[in-house]
Amino acid sequence: MAGGQVEKRVKYKSSVKDPGTPGFLRIREGMLLFVPNDPKSDSKLKVLTQNIKSQKNTKEGSNKPPWLNLTNKLGKSHIFEFENYPDMHACRDFITKALAKCEEEPNKSAVSTSSEQLSIKELELRFKLLRENSELQRLHKQFVESKVLTEDEFWATRKKLLGKDSIRKSKQQVGLKSMMVSGIKPSTDGRTNRVTFNLTPEIIFQIFAEKPAVRQAFINYVPSKMTEKDFWTKYFRAEYLYSTKNTAVAAAEAAEDEELAVFLKPDEILARETRQKIRRVDPTLDMEADQGDDYTHLMDHGIQRDGTMDVVEPQNDQFKRSLLQDLNRHAAVVLEGRSIDVESEDTRIVAEALTRVKQVSKADGETTKDANLERLERMSRLAGMEDLQAPQNFPLAPLSIKDPRDYFESQQGNVLNVPRGAKGLKRNVHEAYGLLKESILEIRATGLSDPLIRPEVSFEVFSSLTRTISTAKNIIGKNPRESFLDRLPKSTKDEVLHHWTSIQELLRHFWSSYPITTTYLHTKVGKLKDAMSNTYSKLEVSFEILHLSDRISNWE
Amino acid sequence: MPSVVSKQYSDDVSLLVLLLDTNPLFWSTTSITFSQFLSHVLAFLNAVLGLNQLNQVVVIATGYSSCDYIYDSSLTSNHGNLESNGIGMPALFGSLLKKLEDFVTKDEELSKEEVSEDRIPSCLLSGSLSMALCYIQRVFRSGHLHPQPRILCLQGSPDGPEQYVAVMNSIFSAQRLMVPIDSCYIGVQNSAFLQQASYITGGVHHTPKQLDGLFQYLTTIFATDLHSRGFVQLPKPIGVDFRASCFCHKKTIDMGYICSVCLSIFCEHHKKCSTCGSVFGQSKLDDASSVSDKKRKAPST
Repeated sequence: MAGGQVEKRVKYKSSVKDPGTPGFLRIREGMLLFVPNDPKSDSKLKVLTQNIKSQKNTKEGSNKPPWLNLTNKLGKSHIFEFENYPDMHACRDFITKALAKCEEEPNKSAVSTSSEQLSIKELELRFKLLRENSELQRLHKQFVESKVLTEDEFWATRKKLLGKDSIRKSKQQVGLKSMMVSGIKPSTDGRTNRVTFNLTPEIIFQIFAEKPAVRQAFINYVPSKMTEKDFWTKYFRAEYLYSTKNTAVAAAEAAEDEELAVFLKPDEILARETRQKIRRVDPTLDMEADQGDDYTHLMDHGIQRDGTMDVVEPQNDQFKRSLLQDLNRHAAVVLEGRSIDVESEDTRIVAEALTRVKQVSKADGETTKDANLERLERMSRLAGMEDLQAPQNFPLAPLSIKDPRDYFESQQGNVLNVPRGAKGLKRNVHEAYGLLKESILEIRATGLSDPLIRPEVSFEVFSSLTRTISTAKNIIGKNPRESFLDRLPKSTKDEVLHHWTSIQELLRHFWSSYPITTTYLHTKVGKLKDAMSNTYSKLEVSFEILHLSDRISNWE
Repeated sequence: MPSVVSKQYSDDVSLLVLLLDTNPLFWSTTSITFSQFLSHVLAFLNAVLGLNQLNQVVVIATGYSSCDYIYDSSLTSNHGNLESNGIGMPALFGSLLKKLEDFVTKDEELSKEEVSEDRIPSCLLSGSLSMALCYIQRVFRSGHLHPQPRILCLQGSPDGPEQYVAVMNSIFSAQRLMVPIDSCYIGVQNSAFLQQASYITGGVHHTPKQLDGLFQYLTTIFATDLHSRGFVQLPKPIGVDFRASCFCHKKTIDMGYICSVCLSIFCEHHKKCSTCGSVFGQSKLDDASSVSDKKRKAPST
């Protein structure tokens, strides 16, 4: 079944008893057309898929012939008898798909009309927030659906939630994958001897970022010399040759195909860039190389990618690539991050954008003559040998050690001013000290008071303490850190907390409506007050159930 | 013999460090006189010493401008001359009262020198807490066998918000040393510092209603050693006043700004933290204030 059309030989019956007129049924997107074989018969039928309400069909296992029964919106049914079951199934599936599409469209149109004030995106954001935060959803359901608050008012206090989300989304950039491109293994098909590479725009971007020679080749060859598909085929052929480590074959193929040779040669552009970087390296680093660590003369430091050792003929040396080169290049690119923001699917645009960026950065990086001189001067200054230099008398810079008292004094800060005359205070203090000293002398003279404590007072103290301890124990429990809420069963606690958040919400809207200037605000305040008294009565009921009202009154 | 000592060393041996409030500005305004108060306290100390042979008591006086050690029961020079004591005074406390008198005189001298700042007439709680903790630390390092220390703070003066940082530091050190700070507040206003101290360190806080029954309160609640507290019900406060004071003005606040680097508390928006020097970004509330400036719009419906 190609395209959007089904054509089958059928017999059309307007009812079950009807023997059926033979003809052709053509089902296209949006329309159904029946043309009878006999041009003179007038049972030509054209039905729009929008008008089809439902379809029924006879089962395969039963002895009935393959019928498809379509009912339209007016109630009329059309029965089509097919030659065999597979035909009928094909038609049925097609109609199902068409019906499903029809249903989508009315919905889409409804949504777009209602969101004239709000964009679809914002609605989606709101739904997402409601879905994620169940507390918010509960509040929303409670207030907006009972018409206490309108949708706008509800979201007015939550601008931060709505706004921040979108900002957060746009600010974060997706970074580069740390998996290496050359680590992607192709799928090999042993049967047909084919090697299949999967290429996604992400991989293309990474290849262009890591291998500037490939990028340059792409800009040069495509679309002038070869198509994109050919380009990538050649590239992956080169990759395959590398992976087989068959340098002789690689050399041979490079000699044949000059474009392939571009991929097999070491990357010239990269080599140029690294040479420049090497020239600019600061030699004043003092690193003593250990003579015993002579691994630098071995290729790959002696480590092969597969762990095998290989011997390479000198003329084929340039066709060999080392693991270290790949790793270093990949790491450098990943650390640089995404240098362009272009998300286009078109490879050419990506390649050009990358080249532009690289050129700009190169221009910035190129040092002028002055900068070079300055650099050389700095190097010679740092690398100077102390004993060969003239004695230097540096000007002394004074030490600036902060006074630690500043920290402690800042803790004193500006103390609250209690209005009192200074002299008056001094006199007070003197008097007070005098009184204190008198007391001490008194006790020294007379000793401890006798009786130390009267029995009635003692008894009162005991009883009050007992009362305090027992009531506190009933209300709070043994653990002083336990709160009142924790002693309630979990469902009640959740309910109480939900009532609290809803009252908070209502109060916020209540107080923001003051001063009442319009009738709208007046009605709003009335509605809020009713909602709040509802919640209060609900709370009362739930506390009654727990017999806590007695305990609360005792406590207060 | 070490074995005899260890046998006598049961787990209810306690070292009680008593911080006595001797702020004259407070004592000139109370219903109970200082001498009556002292007799309750001294009888209580005697009782504590009588509970266990190995119990120790240290008294630190918290004055208006200074603090000092007044009494240490482990020193043998306490048993002073009987002649200097009056009748009815336990022999142990002769030196205590003498030292207290000397301390008050010294404190008076110091407060005269001080520039008369107008400050809340608080006592130097932070100083005496630090001295108590130093003593306890020395006891910890003295050896394997030592009594279980606790601090009892007898205070009536209100809190001085300028001491907030120092007091909180002492409280946290006590928490780390696992030394409970009990507090008995006999003043008029509520003391947030003492409530927080007892809550954080796991001590007992109580505000006696009847000051002439102070002895009864002290012996019922504050005489229990740490081991016995596991099976004795002591009165617990229903709520704790967790208010802090701001670092810039030393006002007591319950809503403010906090530096996310060093957790210093400020009452108003600052550009830079005064403790750690970190620069603050623009306050989010600036957006809110601009919103409220706009005219409140009624919805279009």
